[in-house]
Amino acid sequence: MSQASPDATTAGATTAGATASDAAAPASRAAERSLLRVEDLSVVFPGTAGPIPVVRRASFSVAPGEMVGLVGESGSGKSLTALSILGLVPAPGRITSGRVLFEGRDLLSLAERELRAYRGARIAIVFQEPATALNPVFTIGFQIAEAVRAHRRVSRKQAREEAAELLERVAIPDPRQRLDDYPHQLSGGQRQRAMIAMALAGGPDLLLADEPTTALDVTIQAQILDLLARLREELGLAVLLITHDLAVVAETCERVVVMYAGEVVEESPARDLFHRPAHPYTRGLLSAQPRLGAHVERGHLEAIPGTVPDPASLPAGCPFHPRCAERMPVCDQRAPELYEVAAGVWARCFLHDPERGADSAPGEPGP
Amino acid sequence: MSATRPLVEVRDLVKRFPVRRGLLQRLKGEVRAVDGVSFDLHPGECFGLVGESGSGKTTLGRCLVRLLDPDAGGILFDGIDLLALKGEALRRERRRFQMVFQDPYGSLNPRMRVGRMLSEPLAVHDLVPPDERQARVARLLEQVGLSPDAASRFPHAFSGGQRQRIGIARALATEPDLLVADEPVSALDVSVQAQIVNLLARLQDELGLTQVFIAHDLAVVEHIAHRVAVMYLGRIVELADRDTLFASPQHPYTVSLLSAVPVPEVERRQDRIVLPGDLPSPMSPPSGCPFHPRCPIARPRCAQERPVLEPTQKGGVAACFYPGELAAPAVRGLEL
Repeated sequence: MSQASPDATTAGATTAGATASDAAAPASRAAERSLLRVEDLSVVFPGTAGPIPVVRRASFSVAPGEMVGLVGESGSGKSLTALSILGLVPAPGRITSGRVLFEGRDLLSLAERELRAYRGARIAIVFQEPATALNPVFTIGFQIAEAVRAHRRVSRKQAREEAAELLERVAIPDPRQRLDDYPHQLSGGQRQRAMIAMALAGGPDLLLADEPTTALDVTIQAQILDLLARLREELGLAVLLITHDLAVVAETCERVVVMYAGEVVEESPARDLFHRPAHPYTRGLLSAQPRLGAHVERGHLEAIPGTVPDPASLPAGCPFHPRCAERMPVCDQRAPELYEVAAGVWARCFLHDPERGADSAPGEPGP
Repeated sequence: MSATRPLVEVRDLVKRFPVRRGLLQRLKGEVRAVDGVSFDLHPGECFGLVGESGSGKTTLGRCLVRLLDPDAGGILFDGIDLLALKGEALRRERRRFQMVFQDPYGSLNPRMRVGRMLSEPLAVHDLVPPDERQARVARLLEQVGLSPDAASRFPHAFSGGQRQRIGIARALATEPDLLVADEPVSALDVSVQAQIVNLLARLQDELGLTQVFIAHDLAVVEHIAHRVAVMYLGRIVELADRDTLFASPQHPYTVSLLSAVPVPEVERRQDRIVLPGDLPSPMSPPSGCPFHPRCPIARPRCAQERPVLEPTQKGGVAACFYPGELAAPAVRGLEL
């Protein structure tokens, strides 16, 4: 990580550059290239002292075949953002603004019945904990075959056949034998593979993967990440990977959306994000992440002081300012917008506000 | 460090769990969660214990503080036969070894104010006279970076990181010699994890504690441990100084484990050994070397004989017939 150099790295880094944009900057929006475009999404939950904003005007996009990381800590709103895409916000939460455009069509405006044509068939979701997402009383084969039959009219026999093929596609050994296994007979990694197989049953274009490897051991995580990368390649699948783990994103994603306290605070091509994180929060997260072989003196990890704010009582101005190492007088006065830092790089931080003058040129030295 | 007498000597420790199945709960076999483990803990060191789920690291940690009773083997704690202690004698010694748990939400009594939580051990072990306990609680809270007025609040008023600080304060209340921290940061957000790791390292040094730091996250362990043991299916497969273990891992499992850790750098995507398969069932561990079915360099001998821990050329010990043969693909170095 070093000084700002002219943006040679961003140019050919991804195919996604063209689609990276933000609701605050309609001019640069390239909706025709995006498969999914979330615009201005807000989700609130009722609270004792009024509605609690859990997702606040979040915007981002995913291009066909692209793998985008949606990163945040607990309470950042990342999982609810993902659930909103499929209209699955749990009650009493409710979407209060925004659009979820899938191939240009606003999913939030659809009736439940119409939405079902998208769920699974066009957009599928994989959850963190496959042990609870699978039904324990039915066999793996039955559950996957059900998923196949939910999307297409095929015979039970044919569906079972397809289920075996799907298990094979996700590299479960002896797929035909595994069809008759119950979820508890599979290991954690194999259950997650089975979940992914089920998600593929409808032949989706977009996979929402919500912390798909968080519950798994690191050697199994490596297998699942490899699988996701292979499926993308083979099926042209776009993936929105929701995770708290920046390292997982670095391994897999082309573009990264970072959320904090319900807001998108940075959106960048992965290369930029890891070399020149634009938002102080992203910088803090990257340096707080323990790295193998970093030769840091024992007990001298860089920490972000304080804790993630409670969405019911967010700090005034920029919600990150109480923890921010680069806080300025303006930061507790007003909330920053997303500013374009470089091509495809957006950060919600006054450091990048063009109106603040040249004192805050993009690409300060990283941590 | 090796010149001084160890604080703890663990020898051939075994802990089995019976496995019962079905309506009648018939005994179907047993899991050897800890299967013959030996090591020493030197005063003042931080001993990292890493492994995947099912490796036995948590069971081992619990045996060390006598939350579980081992089935065989021995633990000498400061010269005392820990496993022979019973009743009042055990209770008295418990003051000297304390545990910090993984789950900062589940490990604190939600109905007990923090102050009482911290003063209770002082009373139980009769460490501080009643009129001085409040001051001692305030000092404990300060030690872990909380304000003294935290004493009057209940656990729910605190964030995960703050609760873990309370858990640490509770463990320190009895002024233990040994602290066993079982996955103390894995339930915390990354931005808070670093605070707790730093706190544990600082407290250990300030108070001269001996610490066992159990974690599945190798990068976290590298930032706090002086020595590291890697466990697989109930056994230690490699043990070495931190720098030795991370710079030149000798056991193929350690090499693979290190290479599986994702690194927050976009350039390193390709450099990974992806181990096939899952951790075998500890109920029926493979013959010979328990790692051989997944090992990239396994040979016929590995399925027949069980390797024991032997010194490696790098100065640690590893349980492998072919230590150092599996090259690490850019596990470290390559700093940008």
